[in-house]
Amino acid sequence: MNAQTKLIATSERKIWPLTGGVHPAENKHQSTGMPIASVPLPETLVLPLLQHAGTPAEPVVAVGDKVLKGQLIARASGVVSAALHAPSSGVITALESRPIPHPSGFSEPCIILTTDGADRWCELAAVNDYRRLPPAELVARIRDAGISGMGGAGFPTALKLSSGLPIHTLILNGTECEPYITADDMLMREQAQAIIAGAAILQYVLGAGQCLIGIEDNKPEAIAAMRAALAESVDADKMEIVVFPTIYPSGGEKQLIQILTGQEVPSGRLPADLGMVVQNVGTAVAVKEAIVDGKPLISRITTLTGAALQKPHNVHALIGTPAHHLLQQAGLHESQLSTLVFGGPMMGFSVDRLDIPVTKTANCLIAATQAEFPAAPDPQACIRCGHCAQACPSSLLPQQLYWHARAENYQQLLHHNLFDCIECGACAFVCPSAIPLVQYYRASKGAIRTLEAKQAQSERSRARYENRLARMAQESAEKEAKRQANAERAARLKAAKAQEQVAEDDPVQAAIARAKARKAAGAPAKVALSGEQKELKIQLSMARAQAKKTERALSACVDDETTKKLTSNLAMLNEQVAKLEQAFEGGSAEVQAEEKRVKIARPALSDDEKKRKVELAMANAAVKKLQRALDGASDDDAATLKQQLADAEQRVAGLKLALEGRL
Amino acid sequence: MEIVLYAISALLALALLFGAILGFASIRYKVEGNPIVDQINEILPQTQCGQCGYPGCRPYAQAIANGEAINKCPPGGQATVNALAGLLDMEPQTLDAEGDEVPVTRVAFIREAECIGCTKCLQACPVDAIVGAAKQMHTVLADECTGCDLCVDPCPVECIEMRPVAVTTRTWSWPLPPNGALIATDRRGQMS
Repeated sequence: MNAQTKLIATSERKIWPLTGGVHPAENKHQSTGMPIASVPLPETLVLPLLQHAGTPAEPVVAVGDKVLKGQLIARASGVVSAALHAPSSGVITALESRPIPHPSGFSEPCIILTTDGADRWCELAAVNDYRRLPPAELVARIRDAGISGMGGAGFPTALKLSSGLPIHTLILNGTECEPYITADDMLMREQAQAIIAGAAILQYVLGAGQCLIGIEDNKPEAIAAMRAALAESVDADKMEIVVFPTIYPSGGEKQLIQILTGQEVPSGRLPADLGMVVQNVGTAVAVKEAIVDGKPLISRITTLTGAALQKPHNVHALIGTPAHHLLQQAGLHESQLSTLVFGGPMMGFSVDRLDIPVTKTANCLIAATQAEFPAAPDPQACIRCGHCAQACPSSLLPQQLYWHARAENYQQLLHHNLFDCIECGACAFVCPSAIPLVQYYRASKGAIRTLEAKQAQSERSRARYENRLARMAQESAEKEAKRQANAERAARLKAAKAQEQVAEDDPVQAAIARAKARKAAGAPAKVALSGEQKELKIQLSMARAQAKKTERALSACVDDETTKKLTSNLAMLNEQVAKLEQAFEGGSAEVQAEEKRVKIARPALSDDEKKRKVELAMANAAVKKLQRALDGASDDDAATLKQQLADAEQRVAGLKLALEGRL
Repeated sequence: MEIVLYAISALLALALLFGAILGFASIRYKVEGNPIVDQINEILPQTQCGQCGYPGCRPYAQAIANGEAINKCPPGGQATVNALAGLLDMEPQTLDAEGDEVPVTRVAFIREAECIGCTKCLQACPVDAIVGAAKQMHTVLADECTGCDLCVDPCPVECIEMRPVAVTTRTWSWPLPPNGALIATDRRGQMS
C-alpha cells in the first residue's frame, strides 16, 4: 500500500496494457455536439420493479395513490435489491406487467405513474457534513436512495460498499469504452465537481486511501474538466486522474483494474478481494446527490444517438420515461429506424418496441438505420485463425469455448472458464467467419445456470422426499406403539375385572354379570322382555324394597318381640327375593329360546294353538294375581298362597310346554 | 538349488506382506453400501413420480444398479439417459416414452375455488409440496413441486391441473444460434 501511495505522489503513473482488445469505430462525436438537455415531462412513467441485478423491489403504493417527486414507491426486498422512487409527482394509475428493456422482450411488473405536471418534490433529508456520520449510516442512505450501478450491470451500490473487506483503492470508471455512448463523457464535462464530491464520499465510506479516476484518452474535454475540478477540490491529494490509451473493452471492471494497477482479479473472485472497489462516474454523482442533497436516484443521463435521429445528444432522462418520448426530442425519423438498441452496439441488445422505458442502467439508446446496423452476415465455418483468442480481454480460448458450446459439453466449458467471459463481443468482432461467438457463450451460460438450478431443486426434492419418508415411518411407529399400549391396558383391565368377580362371590352380582355377559355375547342384542318377565322384575324389585324396609325397621327396633318377628319376616323376604330372581333369570333365558323359535316358525297359528295361548295367558294372570296376594299376605297366609302360586306356575309351565310342542 | 529357495522365500514374504496390506485396506477402507446407487440417484431428477415403475427415484437407481434399463425416466428426458449412459459406460438408449425429448417443466395448480379440502392430494405428494388441512383449502408450493402429477388422480373433484412453468426474464436465457456449418464443405449445394 505504501508503494502505491508513493506512486500517486509522483505525477507519472505506470499504465499496464490490456490483454487483447479491439478498436471498433467510435461513433461518439455525433452525440457530443450539444450540452446535456432536459426533456419535457412525459405523461406517463413506466417504472419496472426490477431495474437492477438481484430481486425485484416490492411496491409500497396502491393504485390511486398520489405521490410526490422523490417519494419511495417500492422498497428493496432482500439483500440484493434496490428501492424505487417516484421520478415526478402524480398519481399511481396501475401496477401491471409492461414490456421492459430486456433481450427476451418479456413483460415484467411495473408501476405506472401518471404525472400531474407540477413536478413537486417531497421533503428531502440532506446531510450538511457527511464526515460527521459513520460510514454505515451513509451506506444505509445510499441504499435507501435506490442507487444501483449506472455503468450497465446495475449491481446495488450499497452492497458493493459494504463487503466488509479492507479497501485501499477506489477506482472511478470514466472509461466509457463502448462505441456511440457519451453519457459519462458529457457527465464528466458538465458535472466534474459533483463527480469529485461523490468520489470523496465513496472514499470516506470505504476508508480507501486513494482514488484513481480512469479515463480513456479519446475524451480530452472530459479529462480537462475533471483535472480542473480536482485541482479546486480539497481532496486533490487523495485522488488521481489516470489517462490511458483508448481500447475496447478497457471499461470492464476487471480490465480497468488490470490497466490501472497491473493486478488481475482471480477467476471467481471480486475486486474487493484485492482491496479495490470500482464505481462508475455516474454512480458517484448519484451518491453525491443522495448524501449532500438527499435526492434519491430518479433520473440518469442517457445518450440518444444513431443515424435515424436528427439531433443526437445526451439528455437528463427521468427513470421510466418511454423510449419514444426521448427519441421524439432527438428528432426521430421513424421511417429510417430499423433497429433500436438499448446500451452500446457491442454489449447492448435490440428491442422491438418503442414504448419501453428507460431504466437506471440505460446509458444509451441507438436508433440505427439499416445502413448503420446491417443484418449480420451468414456465419461461415471456423477457420481456426485464432484472432478471437488474441482479442479476448479475459485471456480465454474463444475457439475452444465455441466448439464445446456447440457440442453442449458443459463440463469442458466450465473447465475453460466460460464464466470469466465478460461477453464484450471482441471475439465476434474480429471473427472473419462472422460467427456469433458471444451468443454461443450467452446461451451456454444460460443452459449451465438452468442446469445448476435444476440440480439444486432436485437435491431439495430429494431431501424433502427423504424427510417425508422418515416422518411417515415415525408416524406409523408411533401409531403401532399406541395400539400396543392400548391392547395391553385393555388386557390388564379385563384380568383385574375377572379377579374382582371371583373375589366378590355375590349371587346377585354374579347374576348381573352373567346377564351382562350374555347380553354382550348374545346375537340379538336387544331381547324384548316378555310381559311375564316384566312382571317378575317388578315383583323382584318390590320384594327387595320390602326387604330393605324390614331391615331398616329391624335396625330401628328395640323391642325383643318385634325384633324376632321382623327377623323372621326379613329371612322370608330374602328367600322370596332369591326365588324371584331365579325365576326371572330362568324366565328370560326361556323367553330368549322361545323367541328364537318363534322367529324360525312364526306363521299360521291354528285355532287350537290360539286357545292354548289364551289359556296360558289366563294362567299367567292367575299366577300374577297370586303373587300380588302373596306380597300383601301375612305370614300365615303366605305358605298357602305360595303353594298356590307354585301350582299355578307349574300349570303355566305345562301349558307353555304344550304350546311349544305344538309349535 | 539354494538360490531357488531364496527366490521362492523372498516372493513368499512379499506375497504375505502385500496380502496383509490389502487385507487391512479392505477392512479399514470398506465402502458402506453401493456407491453406484448414490451416483445414479444423483443424476435422476428426484421428481419421485414413479413413471419408471418404481416407487421413487432411489428404488429406480437401485434397479438400474441391478441391471434395469436406463431409459425409463420421462421427467429427466434424454439428457438424463445420456448422463446415465455416461456414468455406467453404456450405449445411450432412446427414451422409453412418448412426448418431448426435452421435457416441459410443469407444476401442479389447484383451482382453489373448487377444492373441498379432502387432503387426498396432500397424502399423494411425495415431496410435501401441497399445504392445507382437512376441510381447508389446499394449495401447491410451486417452488417445491416436482411436476410428478401424482396428486392429479386422487383429487375427487378434479380441481388439480398441471400447468407449464412460465419463462420470466429471470429464467430466460439466450437461445443457441442456429447451427451453421462446422467446415466449409458443409455448405455444398446450398447455392442455387
